[in-house]
Amino acid sequence: MNEIIGKLVLVVGLAFNVFGCIGLIRLPDVYNRLQAATKCVTLGTCFILVSVMISAWGESGALVLKAFLCMVFILITSPTAAHALARGAHAAGVKLWDQSVVDRYREDNDPGVEEPE
Amino acid sequence: MKKGALLVLLLIVWAVLAWPFDVQTGALKWSDMAAGLVVALLVLVLARELSPSDVALRVSPVRVFWFVAYAFFLGWYIVKANVDVAYRVLHPDMPIRPGIVKVKTALRSQAALTMLSNSITLTPGTLTVNALEDGTLYIHWIYVRTEDADEASRMIIGRFEWFLEKIFE
Repeated sequence: MNEIIGKLVLVVGLAFNVFGCIGLIRLPDVYNRLQAATKCVTLGTCFILVSVMISAWGESGALVLKAFLCMVFILITSPTAAHALARGAHAAGVKLWDQSVVDRYREDNDPGVEEPE
Repeated sequence: MKKGALLVLLLIVWAVLAWPFDVQTGALKWSDMAAGLVVALLVLVLARELSPSDVALRVSPVRVFWFVAYAFFLGWYIVKANVDVAYRVLHPDMPIRPGIVKVKTALRSQAALTMLSNSITLTPGTLTVNALEDGTLYIHWIYVRTEDADEASRMIIGRFEWFLEKIFE
């Protein structure tokens, strides 16, 4: 029983990872792509780790604990890394997609510029 | 003193990750712990500038309760965020209207601001681009519904602010 549920959760996790990858290809600029990469890949990987926990439940306590710890680390580091990448990209002057509607960050840092579009 | 406590904590985490040390007997191997000690010391040296004073957590049962409640609350929004992104990505027309908006938070402690920024990144359609000490956050929004700072604040961080205030302030 555990194994079946574990496999199902694994499939869900992989599906979200695939969505994240599709988003990475389809979305237009670095910021939108980061959205897909952080959200879908974080949850997808968490689901995979949950699947490990379910499959190992009752057999290997060590594995359950390790998977849980990995989940906590991913949930902390993934958004932090995305934040660093987005800020770095903006600081390096990477432009938003040309159909973006507003960029308050750029306006505030560099009042001379016009709004994008 | 604080460093010592941190070192012990890092060693415990290492021990959990490396356990069971010996596949046959499950015995603790000193070589593993020695490696852990080296890594823990390295982390302490590298992160010595990253210990803001106000993270000296005043742990209390009430705070822990709110933290656990927040974890579940956030979990729900993380799932929602993923369905949202999956929908936008798979939709043939890709319904996006991206932009960077500015929001203001009343939260001041560094721990709360960090938590808020990370929560924003994990929830539907929003990604923190920068967080300033005075509570100004610049957020990339995949579908900008309003460009007004106050309204955006309410829509994006309203649901978290209340919780984080209970936990950290």
